[in-house]
Amino acid sequence: MANSQTLTPAMARARRANLRRNAFYLALIAVGLVAPLAIYPVFLMKVLCFALFACAFNLLLGYAGLLSFGHAAFLATGGYVTGYLLSSYPALTPEMGIITGTVAAVALGVIFGALSIRRQGIYFAMVTLALAQLMFFMYIQAPFTGGEDGLHGVPRGHLFGIISLRSNLAMYYFVFAVFLLGFALIQRTIHSPFGQVLKAIRENEPRAVSLGYNVDAYKLVAFVISAGLAGLAGSTKTVVFQLASLTDAHWHMSGEVILMTLLGGVGTLFGPVAGAGLVVSLQHLLAQSPLGNWVSPILGLIFVVCVLSFRSGIVGEIQKMYRKNFK
Amino acid sequence: MTFIKKTLASSIAIAAAASMAATAQAEISDGEVRIGYLADMSGTYRDLAGPGGLEALQMAIEDFGGSVDGMPIEVFSADDRNSADVGANTVREWVDQRNVDLVAGMVASSVTIAVTKVLEENDGFGIVSGSAASSITNEHCTPNHIHWVYDTYPLANGTARAVVEQGGDSWFMLTADYAFGHALEADVTKVVEENGGEIVGGVRHPFPTDDFSSYILQAQGSGAKIIGLANAGADTVNAINTASQFGVVEAGQQLAGLLVFLNDVYAMGLDTTQGLLLTTGWYWNMDEQAREWAERYYERVGSMPTMVQAGIYSSTMHYLQAVEATGSDDTQTVREYMMKQPIHDFFARNGRVREDGRMVHDMYLARVKSPDQSTHEWDLYEILTSIPAEEAYRPLSESQCKLVQN
Amino acid sequence: MTMIFGVPVAVFMGQLLLGLINGAFYALLSLGLAVIFGLLKIVNFAHGAMYMLGAFTTLLGMQYLGVNYWAALLLTPLVVGLGGMLVERVLLRRIAHLDHLYGLLLTFGLALIFEGSLINFFGVSGARYPTPDALQGGYQLGFMFLPKYRAWVLLAAIIVCVFTWYMIERTRLGAYLRAGTENPALMQAFGVNVPLLVTLTYGFGVALAAFAGVLAAPLYPVSPTMGSNLLIVVFAVVVIGGMGSILGAILTGLGMGLIEGLTKVYYPEAANTVIFLVMILVLLLRPAGLFGKEA
Repeated sequence: MANSQTLTPAMARARRANLRRNAFYLALIAVGLVAPLAIYPVFLMKVLCFALFACAFNLLLGYAGLLSFGHAAFLATGGYVTGYLLSSYPALTPEMGIITGTVAAVALGVIFGALSIRRQGIYFAMVTLALAQLMFFMYIQAPFTGGEDGLHGVPRGHLFGIISLRSNLAMYYFVFAVFLLGFALIQRTIHSPFGQVLKAIRENEPRAVSLGYNVDAYKLVAFVISAGLAGLAGSTKTVVFQLASLTDAHWHMSGEVILMTLLGGVGTLFGPVAGAGLVVSLQHLLAQSPLGNWVSPILGLIFVVCVLSFRSGIVGEIQKMYRKNFK
Repeated sequence: MTFIKKTLASSIAIAAAASMAATAQAEISDGEVRIGYLADMSGTYRDLAGPGGLEALQMAIEDFGGSVDGMPIEVFSADDRNSADVGANTVREWVDQRNVDLVAGMVASSVTIAVTKVLEENDGFGIVSGSAASSITNEHCTPNHIHWVYDTYPLANGTARAVVEQGGDSWFMLTADYAFGHALEADVTKVVEENGGEIVGGVRHPFPTDDFSSYILQAQGSGAKIIGLANAGADTVNAINTASQFGVVEAGQQLAGLLVFLNDVYAMGLDTTQGLLLTTGWYWNMDEQAREWAERYYERVGSMPTMVQAGIYSSTMHYLQAVEATGSDDTQTVREYMMKQPIHDFFARNGRVREDGRMVHDMYLARVKSPDQSTHEWDLYEILTSIPAEEAYRPLSESQCKLVQN
Repeated sequence: MTMIFGVPVAVFMGQLLLGLINGAFYALLSLGLAVIFGLLKIVNFAHGAMYMLGAFTTLLGMQYLGVNYWAALLLTPLVVGLGGMLVERVLLRRIAHLDHLYGLLLTFGLALIFEGSLINFFGVSGARYPTPDALQGGYQLGFMFLPKYRAWVLLAAIIVCVFTWYMIERTRLGAYLRAGTENPALMQAFGVNVPLLVTLTYGFGVALAAFAGVLAAPLYPVSPTMGSNLLIVVFAVVVIGGMGSILGAILTGLGMGLIEGLTKVYYPEAANTVIFLVMILVLLLRPAGLFGKEA
């Protein structure tokens, strides 16, 4: 009681905002929990995997200002390592396969990051692209990936050795949990002091340097987290679809994730989720309509319009409107 | 949103079906026969199956009467863009969401292998007409699919053997670097070596490839008498065209196209292809029955059918007959019935489905006519010999298929 | 037979020559990219699509309007170049004041639109364009049989490259262009119409890509995706040469073609990848590229 009497208006507003935010998160989680009862779970899982991938990418572009053009390499690495392990060692449980795939992506992220973060802007994009092309080549050549044929029939297995993931619904709740975990990690990272420093570097790198921050180290850590989460998305996706293929390693995939993020809103927490949801739904719905073959030109058109007029993306524009009208 | 409604409806249907699992055997699920046609509709392999194959499928359904026991037949189709990803995910959704009873078409072998894994996992059924890899009914066989038209084993057995017997005993292989190319290369190597020939070199090219110049140069440098093309569709056409630019034949080497379709010969013209030996599962002008069907197809599509397009008609017809006879669209019931029935129609001679899922039937060794021999634009092949069904395909005694007891 | 590291000399020389011909394409395309990057500071992701449009314009021009190869060699770059100017005027200009990454993204979207729409009309299997009669046949060089048309491609590409280099480095217009690259505001103050210069430059860069497309039409199947994989290779070439460097783009293009040819002799599978390896090495050791100026 005593506390509430000493509340200043500002604190009250902050508390209300906090409450609203928590209610919003809870509502979203509730939607996520009931969604598979109404919508095809495999489709939802695809959205979640790509949403996680786009969130990972956004951590780098939106909060550290680094445009990577090679993120497909991490998605594919997670997918191939997990797929290979689960196919070859039936005793391995899916969560162990996914963890190993993610670790592999983290390791790759350290190497990529160390080689690329000293470059800026277009040069950074080009170095990551080149490194990803080398990985693509490796995955075509290495026998364990099945080359052009890809890896098929990866078993979904039993979670913790107990819960069968054969049913799409069980698989969905597992993927949903993985997504929430990844998302929470990103949310924590952004709102931590570490995230604040990242933003400072993005806004003005020389000033961050003169303030005594080891800019390269911060960038590297952000890069590695992003790579690891992209790998987690790839690993999970492989378990869901029971296959891993070169599609995930191709540079088009690196372009697609940029598209998703930009469409949803760069540097917003929910933007990449909205962008991934939109792109995957469009692909899915258009593929079954007479416009089936027009997916890529339509996406291209949306993309161009976005760059020209709505650079803050869906979520960014909504936030702008919200601020204008309600605050 | 029909998308959501359908899901709800089908999840209820699945629940209902599960509770009646015991009685479901002799019934056609949800009162409809659903066929999904999956093929490359826009890429390298478009013309050998593609939209023409879909038309052949529709023809079969119309000729069958459009329904089975009064239950309608519904057709879905999708472009797999030669991507195993797209193919497997499409089929997963067909089986999960729409209760598709039969997946037909299927061209690129890598897509087919991915799709058959999905079918096996989800108890679906597929008849493969377009793919070539013999591994589809060997190490990759499943109880959930049948391989209909041809495979790499008779291609090697027919073309490669004939070429070696004519004196072409040193080979350089130009191989498409995926399941199909690998299978064909392995089968050809075996046949060439068994007949006293030798493989002196080879190179694997990405699928698909636009620029064959450096590979042709390597083949020229190898000194082999024969350049074996273990690829298909536009890749084969590109390779043959590049070879003619670089004067390969003038310099004394010969090309052996191991998988050449009617549409490829038509596209390249007889000037470029005359004298080419090839193995085919069917040719539109091979007899009266074949001609009669081909002409009906020609009326609708405007080109003569390839063996794959004819095979799609034949296999769909056979499937629908099996569904009608057994009164069921349950995979194993239908497959068992199809294995018991000999196949003898405009497409297949002495055909039967073996336990590994291979439909064996007579194959033909043909030679491409010269422009003088040809009487009209689609008069392209001369059938030299037929290869009996039991000799043409890999014998079951050599099979590694898990369904075969050796 | 004489051997070089276990490979017959004939094959070795042949692969190098073919590599050089491929390099001619790289040079033409990267030259256009470099010119555009120099003045607009945009990484033109639509460059591959422009190359593809060049080949398609040539093919359709022949099929529907009866335009022959030699006329197309002149008309196609003109038509596609004008289209490029339109793109610059209507779209790129509106984001010129923003971070240059937006230019990259916008042109990426354009490439998706061009390629995706054409796929719907023509599929991806590719159409053939006949080799012009005058260039049928070939030369017996001893170590290989060189089709006349490929010799012509090499010659034509080098002529155009040298011409472009001369124009930019030695003429008055070129001097404006170089000055505009250094300091557009000052140029504007001197009364030079910089916006017009920018439009013309973009159009010229695109026209170079279209010219490469005409050269490619009789050589490769004309398909909507023909530019998309070439594009990232050409990016690598420009980065290796030094972004915006004219001479760098030409020499690196030819050089990378040779390196690719050499790779095809010893490790053909890696031919498409070796350029990226070179690019990483160059960026690590000499971040501004081989011919670029250190910032």
